[in-house]
Amino acid sequence: MKSGSQLEKVLTGGHFAVTGECGPPRNANPDIVRQKAAHLRGMVDSVNVTDNQTAVVRMSSLAGCLILMQEGLEPNLQMVVRDRNRIAIQSDILGAYALGVRNMLCLSGDHQKFGDHPSSKNVFDLDSMQLIQTVKKMRDDGKFINDQEIEFPPKMFIGAAANPFADPAEFRAVRLGKKVAAGVDFVQTQCIYNLDRFEKFMQQVRDMGIDEKVYILGGVTPMKSVGMANYMKNLVPGMDVPEEVINRMKGVGKKDQAKEGIAIAVETIQRLKEMKGIAGVHVMAIEWEERVPEIVEMAGLLPRPQV
Amino acid sequence: MRLQYPTNIRVIMVPCTGRVDVIHLLNAIEEGADGIYVAGCLEGDCHYISGNLKARKRVGQVKKILTELGLEPERVEMYNLSAAQGPRFAEIAREMTEKIKNLGPSPIGQKAKAA
Amino acid sequence: MVVAERKPLNELLEMVQPYKKILVAGCKGCVTVCNAGGKKEVEILASELRIARKKEGQEPDVKEITLERQCDPEYMDQLTEVIKDRDAVLSIACSVGPQYIAGRFDDKVVFPGLNTTFIGGSLEHGVFAEFCQACGACGIHNFGGLCPIARCSKSLLNGPCGGSSKGKCEISKEVDCVWQLIYDRLNRLGQMDRLTRVIPCKDWTTSRDGGPRKTIREDLKL
Repeated sequence: MKSGSQLEKVLTGGHFAVTGECGPPRNANPDIVRQKAAHLRGMVDSVNVTDNQTAVVRMSSLAGCLILMQEGLEPNLQMVVRDRNRIAIQSDILGAYALGVRNMLCLSGDHQKFGDHPSSKNVFDLDSMQLIQTVKKMRDDGKFINDQEIEFPPKMFIGAAANPFADPAEFRAVRLGKKVAAGVDFVQTQCIYNLDRFEKFMQQVRDMGIDEKVYILGGVTPMKSVGMANYMKNLVPGMDVPEEVINRMKGVGKKDQAKEGIAIAVETIQRLKEMKGIAGVHVMAIEWEERVPEIVEMAGLLPRPQV
Repeated sequence: MRLQYPTNIRVIMVPCTGRVDVIHLLNAIEEGADGIYVAGCLEGDCHYISGNLKARKRVGQVKKILTELGLEPERVEMYNLSAAQGPRFAEIAREMTEKIKNLGPSPIGQKAKAA
Repeated sequence: MVVAERKPLNELLEMVQPYKKILVAGCKGCVTVCNAGGKKEVEILASELRIARKKEGQEPDVKEITLERQCDPEYMDQLTEVIKDRDAVLSIACSVGPQYIAGRFDDKVVFPGLNTTFIGGSLEHGVFAEFCQACGACGIHNFGGLCPIARCSKSLLNGPCGGSSKGKCEISKEVDCVWQLIYDRLNRLGQMDRLTRVIPCKDWTTSRDGGPRKTIREDLKL
């Protein structure tokens, strides 16, 4: 075992993993995290806690992780390189491990232009690839970036993101291979709506043998409405929402759109379960955590394995 | 044709309006001119291909500067006409003179005379 | 070259408002090339100041000079005479110029007439773009000759990120994704292997992050 996390045990045990997501509030109220935790308890193996997602100031990911642990859930610490230099990054990794965090997701982070503080300086001292290397070096070599020894090294299960729908399309699998070479253990993909395009990506991934070196969890985000679908299609960078998905949402009455969105998510999960090289799903129900139980239930993912 | 046009216009001849720069127009304003217009060839008929188009851009730039300075941008204009359009030349001269008279004298000219 | 752009006239008028005798100082270097602070722009700015002052009923006293360069101590000598009776200097060199004037002439007030924007080049007449961030350790040969530090919004060395779409950057459709350009170029050069290697953490000590920088050429020092 690299970290001994629940997620690692589920994946190495050959089970189809399910991870969830929890966005901390834009305030200091811990009860909001607790409420979200209540919806996810027993439904997923591990919960990602976002790190100032879309560059909007929120309660820190690490604090959110700690609250989840108090609630009996296993967190997955998301960390972006936008806001921290290598000193803060390594310091936060030490702190997270000391508090009991065992999973990390290494990300670049959205540019602050999208957030609520567009005038801030961005750091990007490291990129996501180098962050993966850093966490691995700390874990496996017991060393900081500067090669100094760490007496009591943090041992994290290392995750990364992959966006099969960004350009240049044919480089996406290659770049994922690079993340594997850098030392990533598991990967969570961007929300999948275009399954045919995702299949092509996975074919390339399999041809390169990448799926044998890393656990790939397909990203699934249920859509609440046609409005959300259009927003995802038009305004979220690197998102591919095909016209037929929009039309399917449009095809039902306004009050049934949420139900339809959930049905699409469940069908997506079912197709991902059958796909070679897919080790699990990452269910990102954005500000909609209360619907996660029915999604995983309908997708036949319950009960979660006890490992 | 011996056409009549207002006598208060001072004509400065240049080989091509492409030679007229921002600074020339500004200097005229600075020296107290109440209005200035650049009369270039018809668009598409420039012997040097784009001299009159460049002049139009520079006139636009000076209009912007005049606005920033709190002066009326209408004090500077660009016109296009051909050498064969004598009546049009006289018409533009009257039109511009009329417009400037309505605006009144340039405050810069007043100060320049007083100083 | 260093690319700069003129500050708005009203900002400059406000800066020099308390001073009667003004010197507008241009530079024949980079800012002449990018049409921001050469002889021509000195003439225009000086004329603008004079018109503004006449409009206020003042007798303008604005002198003009354009130095060979404002970033060399020897050319500062050209200012010695003309600056003597001046109350303030408005330099339209890049921000190096007004700093040189401030360093040389202790008793003179200096104002920057330009915003220094970036190190770049012209794409066409009147259009300039950023190409270099002066990190102090050039490695563009690793990227097909294109700089991801200056030209990627995130300065990623292992791009493109998930925001690359149809050759454009996620921050704006007006911004090219340099990583798409790098990818295309390495493809043409048959150097795709360069993209499969993880580029390690960069040493930023040669960049501004390492503190203000200085280059000493012992072979040239007198």
